[in-house]
Amino acid sequence: MLAYLLRRLAQSIPTLVIVVTLSFFLVRLAPGGPFDLERPLPAAAMENLRRVYGLDQPLLVQYGRYVAALARGDLGPSFSVRDLSVAELFSRGLPVSMTLGSLALLVALVLGTAFGALAALRRGSGLDHAVTTLGTFALTVPGFVVAPLLQIAFGLSLRWLPVGGWDGGNPKNLVLPVVTLALPQVAVVARLARAGLVEVVDRPHWRTLRSLGLPPRFLALHALRGAALPVVSYLGPAAAGLLTGSVVVETVFGLPGVGRYFVDGAINRDYTLVLGTVVLIAVFVLVLNLMADLLCALIDPRLRDFG
Amino acid sequence: MSAAATPVEDGASLLARARRRLAGDRPARAGMAILALLALACLLGPFLTGHPYDRLHYDYPATRPSLSLYPRPDAVRPALDRLALRMRVRAEDVAVTPEAVRLTLVADKPVDPRVLTFFARSDTFGEARILGRAEDGRRLTVEAPLRRLRFLAGTDTLGRDLLTRTLVAGRLSLALGLLATAVALGIGVAYGALAGTLGGRIDAAMMRLVDILYSLPFVFFVIMLVVFFGRSVALIFVAVGAVEWLDMARIVRAEAQAIRRRDYVRAAEALGLSTAAILRRHVVPNLLGPVVAFAALMVPRVILLESFLSFLGLGVQEPATSWGVLIADGARSLESAPWMLVVPAGFLVSTLLALTLLGERLRVALDVRA
Repeated sequence: MLAYLLRRLAQSIPTLVIVVTLSFFLVRLAPGGPFDLERPLPAAAMENLRRVYGLDQPLLVQYGRYVAALARGDLGPSFSVRDLSVAELFSRGLPVSMTLGSLALLVALVLGTAFGALAALRRGSGLDHAVTTLGTFALTVPGFVVAPLLQIAFGLSLRWLPVGGWDGGNPKNLVLPVVTLALPQVAVVARLARAGLVEVVDRPHWRTLRSLGLPPRFLALHALRGAALPVVSYLGPAAAGLLTGSVVVETVFGLPGVGRYFVDGAINRDYTLVLGTVVLIAVFVLVLNLMADLLCALIDPRLRDFG
Repeated sequence: MSAAATPVEDGASLLARARRRLAGDRPARAGMAILALLALACLLGPFLTGHPYDRLHYDYPATRPSLSLYPRPDAVRPALDRLALRMRVRAEDVAVTPEAVRLTLVADKPVDPRVLTFFARSDTFGEARILGRAEDGRRLTVEAPLRRLRFLAGTDTLGRDLLTRTLVAGRLSLALGLLATAVALGIGVAYGALAGTLGGRIDAAMMRLVDILYSLPFVFFVIMLVVFFGRSVALIFVAVGAVEWLDMARIVRAEAQAIRRRDYVRAAEALGLSTAAILRRHVVPNLLGPVVAFAALMVPRVILLESFLSFLGLGVQEPATSWGVLIADGARSLESAPWMLVVPAGFLVSTLLALTLLGERLRVALDVRA
């Protein structure tokens, strides 16, 4: 088990290296630099800045330095946010993004499974069709439409909830962002759970269990086990996306998460910030995929192949 | 699933069968009708609304949607007073009819007739005509027609007609969706078919590249492309297409590989058909089904992606506009002019829904195994 874990982690290192390398040179190929202003700096000041940040070295040397620092866990200083390192920026933003993301994940899991189970139990009924139709809606309507509409409805018209802001994590401020984040995920989970349940219910072993007259609680456990596999393997990578923040939700609701660093970093040519975000997301994807695989193995003994 | 229940007609080609299935499919027909209507509206609509999409109406900023004609009768007098102030005259004996306004311009010095251009320049009045002079030109009797405008979907904060803008934006969003899909289709099919047909080490190397590109965060890739290429419309869809081809390449490769392994293809190979001929006669026609179905579902994804980029300010630049730009504007003036969000969002969402619906039905209709 432990050996399996370690091997999986070791296997992911080459991927990480490739992603970092590609991103590093892609960012550097982009025209413009982090210190370009409307009114250019004096040549001497520019020279100093470039030397302080090591930009005067050949690109390959800079790459080597970056990777070496990264191996020590140092993401470097931010180029655009003065006096702060990328790690410090993340330590401020990640709690916000992860709070929102984990809440959205929880909502998606609970509501999605519930809707999917209801639809699967009453297959072909009006409820089933309603779940499918609403799911299509939730999947198609983009977040940057949902978010402002929620602001109009609950913030401006009804005045139940604040339109935006973090406010130290006040639960009232979290509702609308979490709803926006969770909506499409609820739809996907419901769809997957329904398909999984329908498949289980059609199998012979399920018929046998039912004919044995087992209590409903027990039956539900068996059915959910079958439905859980596709949901878990979907939610692994999806969780990585949710936990590392959403540009749209953070922009619309004015939240200080890490989702915006990607766009801001790319626009400002904040090389270390962009690369740091790439690394952050890659690590989340790797770890959560691994966790999803382990969870799948826990649910389905046939997948336990740690050898 | 009425479509899947239709018996399979022997000898009918895949496309003929798909067409027959789609014709009897209500959701698919509804999706097609909505799309046709939207496309027609975007193509012809801007000519019919009576407003150029970039004309600013300073007198009508953030006007709410309405069927009635502007100017409202009670708005004529204030507009006239504003004009008089700028012309440095007083407006007297004002008589307003539904079509025109008649008044006398009074000043201490003779009124220069050239100030009448202020009428034509305003949004409320048309070209003014001099009816008579008195007191050595210190009193000028003037008639100006009212400029009668209708803003069915209201105006934005700069007083531009929102309906026209939304329709013009729709042209761009739809064209972008189709073109970027075509780009992705071209690259993906060529790449995937080649890898799948050649097989072996070349295939492994080609798909390894796809895997690596997959592991790059998708948004990052698009943003870098846009930053790199600059923000020109043409390059945005190249960027979007260049990202979206990965899925297509994977699907096409898998299908091509499966087809290559079929007995009849092997037989054809044994009979001496060249690789190129096998590609043309057996592989490509059989790829058509999954590719068309996947492409149909790619169009809404591309439109969404473009809107997302524009929403972040990385997409289309003023005065050109797309649904994403309009929605971003609308989200900013949420409180004062909610229709600025609702109108373009409505168009975007109905397009996405219709395309998704159509794509999903198309996938069912084109399913070879059904």
